[in-house]
Amino acid sequence: MTSTDASNLYLPDMGTIQEVIEETANIKTFRITLNNPDAMRNFRFEPGQVGQLSVFGVGESTFVINSTPTRMDYLQFSVMRVGELTEKLHKLRPGDQVGVRAPLGNSFPYKEMRGKDIVFVGGGIGMAPLRTLLLYMLDNRDDYGKITLLYGARSPFDMAFSYELPDWLEREDMTTELTVDNGTPDWPHHVGLIPNVLKEMAPSAENAFAVTCGPPIMIKFTIEALHTLGFKDEQIITTLEKRMKCGVGICGRCNIGTKYVCKDGPVFTNKQLKELPNEL
Amino acid sequence: MLTARYIADDKLMPWLLSLAETRQVLAPVRQGGQTLFAPLDADSQLDLEGLADASAKAALLPRCETLLEFHYSKGEGVPSRTELEVRETLPDRDAFLFGARPCDAKGFTVFDRVYDGGSRRDIYYCTRRDKTIVAALACTDPADTCFCNRVGGGPGDTDGSDILFTPVEGGYVIEPVTERGEAFLAEQPLVEAEGRLEEARQVRKDVAESMPGGDPLGGAQGEVLRLFDDQEFWGGVAAKCLSCGACSYLCPTCYCFNMTDEINGDDGVRVRTWDNCMSFQFTLEGSGHNPRNGKAQRMRNRIGHKFSYYPELHDGNLACVGCGRCIVHCPVSMDVRAIVAQARDRALAKQEHAND
Repeated sequence: MTSTDASNLYLPDMGTIQEVIEETANIKTFRITLNNPDAMRNFRFEPGQVGQLSVFGVGESTFVINSTPTRMDYLQFSVMRVGELTEKLHKLRPGDQVGVRAPLGNSFPYKEMRGKDIVFVGGGIGMAPLRTLLLYMLDNRDDYGKITLLYGARSPFDMAFSYELPDWLEREDMTTELTVDNGTPDWPHHVGLIPNVLKEMAPSAENAFAVTCGPPIMIKFTIEALHTLGFKDEQIITTLEKRMKCGVGICGRCNIGTKYVCKDGPVFTNKQLKELPNEL
Repeated sequence: MLTARYIADDKLMPWLLSLAETRQVLAPVRQGGQTLFAPLDADSQLDLEGLADASAKAALLPRCETLLEFHYSKGEGVPSRTELEVRETLPDRDAFLFGARPCDAKGFTVFDRVYDGGSRRDIYYCTRRDKTIVAALACTDPADTCFCNRVGGGPGDTDGSDILFTPVEGGYVIEPVTERGEAFLAEQPLVEAEGRLEEARQVRKDVAESMPGGDPLGGAQGEVLRLFDDQEFWGGVAAKCLSCGACSYLCPTCYCFNMTDEINGDDGVRVRTWDNCMSFQFTLEGSGHNPRNGKAQRMRNRIGHKFSYYPELHDGNLACVGCGRCIVHCPVSMDVRAIVAQARDRALAKQEHAND
């Protein structure tokens, strides 16, 4: 039995891992349902929001909910193995219990993006937050203009969501381009750095938003490429990562000046980022 | 409002001990050569001279507190399945915090705005706040490191207190500040102050007037922020800092925390502990990236938070109450007053230079 005092910010809902998908050598995806059927049924979130996953005995870490609110069978989190908590998470199996504190933070401005062309540029595990918005938009396809996805990884073996890529590549209502830094002989897609491929693709900045997430260095050069293509800072959206604990703007860990990434983010436009003190 | 009460010096300890029979009484007591807020008992050596070495913040935000308890067990009927039980452990003890100085009590108001902020109500802090009567003791002998008067406070202020004790000849005048302070006092076997209120007021007035002046340290939000990218300034300010964190651990307004799990066999706890933005690990991310990887950036955040970010978010209220413990106990004698003054001078000089 678990006490469920909704007024306790730090008390996670208990959840059960339903499925574990091995995405790459160091990324696993966890599909989780909340144990309390009412909590699961009433769970609401918006694309881009994050959650704290607990492995009791190890601690909590923040991950984006990369499923879409349009399909609420489970909450999906993709986790790259980089430290103690993620190491333990990777050892969990279907049926194992985790804690979930979610949703936290803000979301992509998906309402404001209606009627616009959307360019997604994802690198590595940075594809996870984009996935939630992409699926949301595909499920509300008529609300959005042209959808373009550029997804890159180090090698073909480092591409997550490989089970969805054929669908994304084949769909006629979106354009998908894949790229890797290092190809294999049978790799049929691009080989090259994301910003360079993006410049070749040259999506129009007219009436468009670009959403990018990936390693900081990739984001930096992707934003430069987007600028070259005519995208303005307010048309470029990204998500920030910070070390977080409380997830609600109290513990004081993830602030950049007066903004708390856990509460005021993780989604920011490049315009908003430029207005923040330079401490990313 | 209930009239003021009075307690004689020699009645104070017996009264506090009688209170301690039904609730925890936290008071400044001598412990290992230091004066710290600790639960009072008959053996305690109460020390009401000057400022305690550590602030009273642990009364409401303990150095370490259990937030959750959890227990793993084999699944019933399905031994391969692990069951997990998690439960919250909310504070349940009434407390009386005695002898907090006005700066300490004001520190709680800094916490209140963050921990009791509408939708994000920290139930652990708020429960403890609700269950604790804060009785402040007006200062009669401020140290030369005290600067409450430069950050919007004063040695006889009542912000954050339920009750105010003021030392007078032979004892203390006790005044209620809040309704719950009044209700608490109404139940206590204390005598009426019988006209000694004026004496208490005079004591407070004299002490306030005796404090050295100096420019107010508030209102520097913009100046501190303008220096954000001034590495030369922050590097210079932080050069001798040891990153020991004494300043933030002793500070009545520093409220950052960490949450970690401890497990022993099948049982474990999730604990919250004080944390410290002067520590390298505070912002170190899993990827190895650290947005505040130098002392200068960490110092900038600490000063920035107290004098710029917090006031910006909370109607100009500073996250500094001028207790001066960070100055007294800094192993390399850093002085927050000087840093803020330097920041302001530097920002103004830059501004003038830019206008030339």
